[in-house]
Amino acid sequence: MPQVTLTVNGKAASVEVEGRTLLVEVLRDKLGLTGTHVGCDTSQCGACVVHVDGKAIKSCTTLAWQVDGSTVTTIEGLAAADGTLHPMQEAFREYHALQCGFCTPGMVMSAIDLVTTHPDGLTEQQIRDGLEGNICRCTGYHNIVKAIAAAWPVMHGRGTLAAAAE
Amino acid sequence: MNAPFEGIGASVRRKEDLRFISGNGHYTDDINRPGQLHAVIKRSDRPHAKILSIDTAAAQAAPGVVAVFTGADTAGLGSIPCGWQIHNKDGSPMAEPRHPVLAEGFVRHVGDPIAVVIADTKQHAKDAAELLAIDLEELPAVATVTAATAPGAYLVHEGAAGNLCYDWHLGDKAATEAAFASAAKIVKLDLENNRLIPNAMEPRAALGDFDASSGDYTLYTTSQNPHVIRLLMGAFVLGLPEHRLRVVAPDVGGGFGSKIYHYAEEAIVTWAAGKLKRPVKWTADRSESFMSDAHGRDHVSTAELALDAQGKFLGLKVHTLANMGAYLSTFATAVPTYLYATLLAGTYTTPVIYVEVKAVFTNTVPVDAYRGAGRPEATFLLERLVDVAAQETGLDRVEIRRKNFIPRDAFPYQTPVALQYDSGDYFATLDAALKTADWAGFPARRAAAAAKGKLRGIGISTYLEACGIAPSKVVGSLGARAGLYEVANIRVHPTGSVTVFTGTHSHGQGHETTMAQLVTDQLGVPFSQVDVVHGDTSKIPFGMGTYGSRSLAVGGSAMVKAMDKIILKGRKIAAHLLEADIDDIEFKDGKFTVAGTDRAKTFGEIALTAYVPHNYPIEELEPGLDETAFYDPKNFTYPGGCHICEVEIDPDTGVTKVINFTAVDDVGRVVNPMIVEGQVQGGVAQGIGQALLENAVYDENGQLLSGSFMDYTMPRADNLPNFSVATENTMCTHNPLGSKGCGEVGAIGSPPAVINAVVDALRDYGVRHINMPASPEKLWSIINAGRPAMAAE
Ligand code: FES
Ligand code: FES
Repeated sequence: MPQVTLTVNGKAASVEVEGRTLLVEVLRDKLGLTGTHVGCDTSQCGACVVHVDGKAIKSCTTLAWQVDGSTVTTIEGLAAADGTLHPMQEAFREYHALQCGFCTPGMVMSAIDLVTTHPDGLTEQQIRDGLEGNICRCTGYHNIVKAIAAAWPVMHGRGTLAAAAE
Repeated sequence: MNAPFEGIGASVRRKEDLRFISGNGHYTDDINRPGQLHAVIKRSDRPHAKILSIDTAAAQAAPGVVAVFTGADTAGLGSIPCGWQIHNKDGSPMAEPRHPVLAEGFVRHVGDPIAVVIADTKQHAKDAAELLAIDLEELPAVATVTAATAPGAYLVHEGAAGNLCYDWHLGDKAATEAAFASAAKIVKLDLENNRLIPNAMEPRAALGDFDASSGDYTLYTTSQNPHVIRLLMGAFVLGLPEHRLRVVAPDVGGGFGSKIYHYAEEAIVTWAAGKLKRPVKWTADRSESFMSDAHGRDHVSTAELALDAQGKFLGLKVHTLANMGAYLSTFATAVPTYLYATLLAGTYTTPVIYVEVKAVFTNTVPVDAYRGAGRPEATFLLERLVDVAAQETGLDRVEIRRKNFIPRDAFPYQTPVALQYDSGDYFATLDAALKTADWAGFPARRAAAAAKGKLRGIGISTYLEACGIAPSKVVGSLGARAGLYEVANIRVHPTGSVTVFTGTHSHGQGHETTMAQLVTDQLGVPFSQVDVVHGDTSKIPFGMGTYGSRSLAVGGSAMVKAMDKIILKGRKIAAHLLEADIDDIEFKDGKFTVAGTDRAKTFGEIALTAYVPHNYPIEELEPGLDETAFYDPKNFTYPGGCHICEVEIDPDTGVTKVINFTAVDDVGRVVNPMIVEGQVQGGVAQGIGQALLENAVYDENGQLLSGSFMDYTMPRADNLPNFSVATENTMCTHNPLGSKGCGEVGAIGSPPAVINAVVDALRDYGVRHINMPASPEKLWSIINAGRPAMAAE
């Protein structure tokens, strides 16, 4: 079987895959990174979103060999080595942007991409449109939208979460 | 520095979030056992067929395959049981056909499991399942209640004549007829409650494990109620002794009702693990979820309201056909009866009501409770009917409601459909919602929208629902085959920290936080020193799980009772230590004090004494500080409230945009306002989804057309507005917390508010009623069929 080499959350990983093996299967089944979830089989829900070379992608519709040699970040790799949470993780907790938590890893990874790719500002409508590829059945999105808006200034070095809450 | 307030009423941030936001949640599919095999289920792609033959030889021989089982192998197992027996009008019991684990001779819906292939990897099992040669002889199928009850309709089950499960009624028929005979006005409405697919984001999964040395079985499953599964599967399907069977429902990614029921796959993996002496795991693909998770709603009804000349409601008559699907799911039969017909008084003083419900078998996926379960169906019917009555009597929509509300001073209020409401104030929630939504200012907003070529409408719903279904004795007399109490074990550790073992289950509701707050509030133990354990039958006493917004009202009340016992025992220990009379010992703010003095012992000191009983009244009192209480409520709880929705329809596309949504709910005592708001927001999103977007569609032959997220419209972030959510609470009078429940109010109150708004927006087009979902296609057709001559162009 062919071998695929990845850097996942800062660690080198080399795994055997079949041609049909999906990136999400490598992460969950071979590397034990079960924080990345599978919520559908039609590439609609976004529970599986991870970052490949810094960009959010759906790992349920990416073949492992397609990303050979890439750097992958999953939800498990977001916090700093000392355990400090990423501002988006903090914001999700602070704004009660999760209930069952199943959509959350994909939602957080998509949200980070959304904020990163909008350095000049992010309106509520842009956030809602930007979440087009992520389904949450629990929250009604209200608090997810708030959390992302609150994380924006923090991620762009223009404020703190506490200030955003004011 | 004062510790932050973390008791009842504080929006404490959730304990469970830390693991979820860092990817450390532990959902069923995340669990793997050594030597684990993978099961893939071959399902029927036909709505109704006779199984002529199944050739498993090629699949058996495929790489990695360990076993293939069909209905022939599982025919000796019990039928998947239904938990509630309804009786027909004539007193005879409902039809209850066998519900096999794997199809026996016939398949009755698309998704009906025919065979299971078990292999070393999921891919091998999938590949082998493709090699099964199954010969089916197609039979005529019935997909809708109307088709199934038509004369001469083909039968789903031989033994269920006319495809009827039951023909049931409630209320005083003669008195209702008399009220109609004397009415000044009768308003009649035919309506449907659309079929929904719950779609919790975590697909169902089950992992069966068998320990050959002890003979014990363990099932990890995506369940809202592990003890109920243990009882149903152990005692009725597999015949396993309960003490040999452990059921674990770890982190569960949403339920909304769909994970209450005992499903075939749970029995299959547990049984197969025993047969093969290896763990067996099954995880649904989303496509499988669509055709195997119990669906929700699916009612076809006729409702008639009798009014006097002043607009007072005199009587209500309802006739409903409720779709059961092909087999009876665990609570399916209770939904259109005791969770529906009993709710038809709503918030109104309607003196007489008569309801007839026929439950109907069809060749579709079983239908059971989905968020709200029966109550959204009752609310939609009633709140649409009241709007139509307003329209046809010329009364204002708000005034007709006010005129018929149960007065504030009428509680406890006995309805003509069995329930007795303990408390409520429908005027308060109405007034608050009208104000927040700026109802009075709507005409100006409508005119402004019209100037831009848009159609604005506003709609209201003043609903009531019933949660925490109980008491056990009453539900037993109505056909429930279970008790509906709840249990809590409060374990105080020697150092004073606390573990709560609750029989309820959290799959998003935040119990680990809310329930810890109850402990902080009552025992004064810091929030950080309280942990809540749920979801494992080997750890918790026999509990009934979570559904029907029962966890706080019933489970939280059990905790209060258990903590009362802790405090009583603590007072006895304190009396001994402080050499005082027990009657003089007060417990407050985490301290046991001799009344009127400063002599006191902290909760921690008492805990330590209980476990290190050196100086202890050992003759009268056992050591330890660990108490359990079972709480069986005296009544349901009755949340209610007012939802107002404002929409704007684009006449060119038929697309409805929700501009504002206001919910003012009465949920009783609120423990964590942040969590309550989140529950309401999520419920409203599902209600808006039902009203505008979601629809489970079968073609007339029983083929499921909306079988994926490509075809079934899940609400997404850009379909929804920000919500304005508030509470205006009256206390439940019969439980110690005063809480009523908040998990379902959003999904119950909102759909009629949305549709009433859509109908209002289209008032110039002569629209009287629109069935859900109010899809763009439906609205565009209405608008373009009747575009007024003066349309601005
Ligand atoms: S799992 Fe649903 S989009 Fe990837
Ligand atoms: S939090 Fe449950 S699906 Fe989003």
